[in-house]
Amino acid sequence: MTLFIDDRRIDCDFKEKIRELSGQNVALCMQCGTCTASCPMSADTEVVPRKLMQLIQLGLREEVLEAPLAWVCASCHTCMARCPRGIDITRVMEAVRQLGLRENVDHVNLSALPAEQLRDLPQIAFVSCFRKLTA
Amino acid sequence: MKIAYYPGCTLKTRAKNLEDAALAALRVLGIAAVELPRWNCCGAVYSLTDDDLIHQVAPVRDLIRVKEQGAETVMTLCSMCYNTLARANRLMREDEEKRHTLNTFMDEEPDYHGEVEVHHLLTLLRDRIGWKTLAAKVRRPLTGLKVAPYYGCTLVRPRPVSIDPRPDQPTILDDFLRALGAEPVDYPARIECCGAYNILSEPDAAHRASANVLASAERHGAELVITSCPLCEYNLGTCQNQVLPHGEGLRPLPTLYFSQLLALALGVGNEELGLELSPASSLKLVAERISPIHQA
Repeated sequence: MTLFIDDRRIDCDFKEKIRELSGQNVALCMQCGTCTASCPMSADTEVVPRKLMQLIQLGLREEVLEAPLAWVCASCHTCMARCPRGIDITRVMEAVRQLGLRENVDHVNLSALPAEQLRDLPQIAFVSCFRKLTA
Repeated sequence: MKIAYYPGCTLKTRAKNLEDAALAALRVLGIAAVELPRWNCCGAVYSLTDDDLIHQVAPVRDLIRVKEQGAETVMTLCSMCYNTLARANRLMREDEEKRHTLNTFMDEEPDYHGEVEVHHLLTLLRDRIGWKTLAAKVRRPLTGLKVAPYYGCTLVRPRPVSIDPRPDQPTILDDFLRALGAEPVDYPARIECCGAYNILSEPDAAHRASANVLASAERHGAELVITSCPLCEYNLGTCQNQVLPHGEGLRPLPTLYFSQLLALALGVGNEELGLELSPASSLKLVAERISPIHQA
């Protein structure tokens, strides 16, 4: 993906908001890509964890919030456990998710699921999914 | 030994087999697990943003319920409940400002400072009973059974709440399996994610993650995968027919809760294991590979 960086689109407040919500200093990221290599969900997304960290460093709010990554993140904490810079990337993902959810948009559609599956799913699947993906 | 028990929402219905087998095994081991007279859902996932304190209220209330019972330890069976309660407990111990806010918000409750110890059944077995004592109580040794211990995410991450001192190379489930006489299988995906709640929102992505776990276990010779989380068990076991096409040459692999294997080894009757809630391949494995109780 070609990224055009235009200083009119750089949102410093956004960087600060991510820091405030996650408690993490994203500027520490040195773009090694360990998070991407560890992420069970990065295989099918164009914006992988490393790229998302870079987009946040650049303050490109729109690109960050439009990337599907935070909505497929399973909160497995592997990126966080392995980050050589000690960044809790899972918290950064949650901050991105929260900023998206606070726009009052849901990211799961239960009516698309077959009734049989809804009957068999464990309660913790619903609770965790609603907590992560609904406003 | 008397211990407060927090079941969590799934263990009363969809994961009744996780609970039934564990409680039967605890009776054999002489541990009185007393269910909290009142409890609420812990929230299943720990809140990760600094300004989102409202989602800490549910797990902290559960910990207050434990304290009210005069118990020092609370046991969970579900990995997600364990993770959420243990992290909320650490928050109340370590973050003075948030503790104050939460205690002030819940002014109808007694103040809580993280006094309770949160345990998973596996850490109780290791720390309070010991693998040797457990091994001595086995009546139905699982000799020769090759079992893949599946840790997943919430038992071992993040490090401060890991049930094993080496979260990147945990051995607690392996030690548990050895105590039961089984042969633990070493395989790379043991601490990788099954896809978790993506099963609702991105089922294909979840199936791919689960296929990776099952394929890894199978390649290393596993006959059975054991889990301790109802969501992992659903993704790897219940949904296996949808998962198999995502892994090349992947064959059906039985799954059971660790508590079911524990109860089996301790000689608990099959009728108390909730096997009817487990995948058909697991029932077949129990019938074919686990010998009947040796009558002394």
